[in-house]
Amino acid sequence: MAEEKKLTSKELLNELTAKHYEGALQAKAEGRPVVWATSICPDELLNAMDLTTVYPENHAAAIGARKEAMKFIEHAEGIGYSADICSYARVNMGYVDLQHAEAQDIPLPDLIFSSTNICNTVLKWYENIAKKLNIPLILFDMPFNHTYEVPDNATAYIRGQLENAIKQLEEFTGKKMDYDKLAQKMEMNNATSEWWKKATDWGKVKPSPLNGFDMFNYMAMIVCMRSSEDGHKLFKLWYEELEQKAKEGKGPWNSAEEQYRIIWDGIACWPHLSTTFKLLKKYGINMVTSTYPNSWYKVYETNDLDGMARSYTGNYANRNLDYGANQMEQLIKDFDVDGVVFHSNRSCKLMDFRTYEVQRRITERTGCPSVIFDGDQTDPRVFSDAQYETRIQALLEMMEKNKEAKRRGDI
Amino acid sequence: MFLGIDIGSSSSKVAIVDENKELKAVSIVNLGTGTNAYQQVVADALQQAGITEADIKYTIATGYGRMGYKDADKQITEITCHAKGVNFLMGDAKTIVDIGGQDAKVIKLNENGQVENFVMNEKCAAGTGRFMEVMARVLGCSLDDLSPMADKSTKALSINNVCTVFAESEVISRLAAGDKVEDVARGAHVAIAKRVAGMCNRVGYSPKVVMTGGVALNANLVDALAIELDTPIEVVPHCQGAGAIGAAVFAYEIYNK
Repeated sequence: MAEEKKLTSKELLNELTAKHYEGALQAKAEGRPVVWATSICPDELLNAMDLTTVYPENHAAAIGARKEAMKFIEHAEGIGYSADICSYARVNMGYVDLQHAEAQDIPLPDLIFSSTNICNTVLKWYENIAKKLNIPLILFDMPFNHTYEVPDNATAYIRGQLENAIKQLEEFTGKKMDYDKLAQKMEMNNATSEWWKKATDWGKVKPSPLNGFDMFNYMAMIVCMRSSEDGHKLFKLWYEELEQKAKEGKGPWNSAEEQYRIIWDGIACWPHLSTTFKLLKKYGINMVTSTYPNSWYKVYETNDLDGMARSYTGNYANRNLDYGANQMEQLIKDFDVDGVVFHSNRSCKLMDFRTYEVQRRITERTGCPSVIFDGDQTDPRVFSDAQYETRIQALLEMMEKNKEAKRRGDI
Repeated sequence: MFLGIDIGSSSSKVAIVDENKELKAVSIVNLGTGTNAYQQVVADALQQAGITEADIKYTIATGYGRMGYKDADKQITEITCHAKGVNFLMGDAKTIVDIGGQDAKVIKLNENGQVENFVMNEKCAAGTGRFMEVMARVLGCSLDDLSPMADKSTKALSINNVCTVFAESEVISRLAAGDKVEDVARGAHVAIAKRVAGMCNRVGYSPKVVMTGGVALNANLVDALAIELDTPIEVVPHCQGAGAIGAAVFAYEIYNK
């Protein structure tokens, strides 16, 4: 038997992405139900029920990166959705009508599985789709954590919803939940989350073998493959590759060296991914981390529904300002960064709401320079090259000044 | 001799400093990026300094059009150049409010006069020179006459829209409703001042607060901002050329490093 060629993690990523979407289209063609789910939801329950799931946020990002978003955005705005609504939602709601994207096609859903731990827009976004398509909606109401830690009443509230969701899924599929299988999925979810975190932690090494923009690409799979063997394999492989690069002292790119290390706060500007990346790289600025590695670090005791509830509602976006600022301060220290770039994302009111105050606190506590630029995750109209460039260069000038002061021993 | 050129969205500025870091020329032409104004303004500055292009040892370009200026040895952003220029002209400033043609920024300086933090307007013309141009047009006066017109105001009147396009329609309807041009003009100045004051609060301003950029020439706006911030504001000498002066000082420092 011929030896199978060992794939690189990037090749495996592409293969798994294709398999993921083909699988969903195939399921639909065969009359099996398809679920649409939000990006950080307790989908171990879906996997334990063998349900095929698609993640519209991943899909919208792919459409954005392919510079195809305007077709869907214009359609959504044309049928009455305001330009102030999240662009992922506009792309997705446009897709429900148009049903074809060059980037990737996805089957329409038979069930919605939505969780408000990432934002409140998903509440109405998916309610609209469920109503329009006349399909059931399983909703997790995960209230914003105003206390520093997740309070016990929130845990109990969400645990109740998890138990209820299991009943709803049993009704939807007409079969009982296999709790042994669910335990296996939980275990796999934990293990994959660990590899994701360990892989992205390579950004701590200097120079970082991790190019943060690659993390944006791998992120699609931590969204949809936490509790699958494929996802586990992918992130372990990615970890091993980064480990090898780190051992060899290799930085993030072959063609340039890492001069400065930054945190990128917020999601990518998918339609301007290349512009935003290339300008940073031109000055040797590497994004070594963001708040995303922790967002999908979903680790809890297997079979512990309380732990599962705490983990899912304990997502960064659902935590209070003190927690957010402390997290950012910790990242600045752990990854030894020179600066922070805040993406003021027009789509994401929840993130924007805290940006100024997080910036103020980290400046006060760490002195780490930072800039805010205006953009959007998928709406290409909300970004200006020249404005981005000026802000990045201004950050560079502040980072240069700090580096020089360090060299002179002033800091 | 060392040259700094600041190519903005609506004007081009050049400054020259000599071997003793003394300012020898500042020239301003009210035409910005996308025009040939830079040739004119460079020629004028050279003439003022009594030198030729060959005498220039190092050139720094700044401003929105900085990347397009081919004769520059290096580009530095207007944020860093304004800080340098202000530090050169007025050493004890702690906060700079710079309002140019298409952006407004507030820069916080550290004890060494270097940029500690800054904020800029979002990508719209609210609170910028362009807003003033639109207001002047709709009020039927020149840009220079806008400030003296607002000085004559006797009644406080607020312009609520920050969007330049919406503010224009608001002003038109105010005038149609019988409000006086001088009151509307003052209202427009106060609207900008409020917006810029919000940026000052965000960056955490402290005195001394100074103003640079073309809009600093508008005394009524400086007054309105001082009232909003409840702190005196000084206009930097050569306010419009502060970025170019900072660039020229950088050219001197980098060359002599």
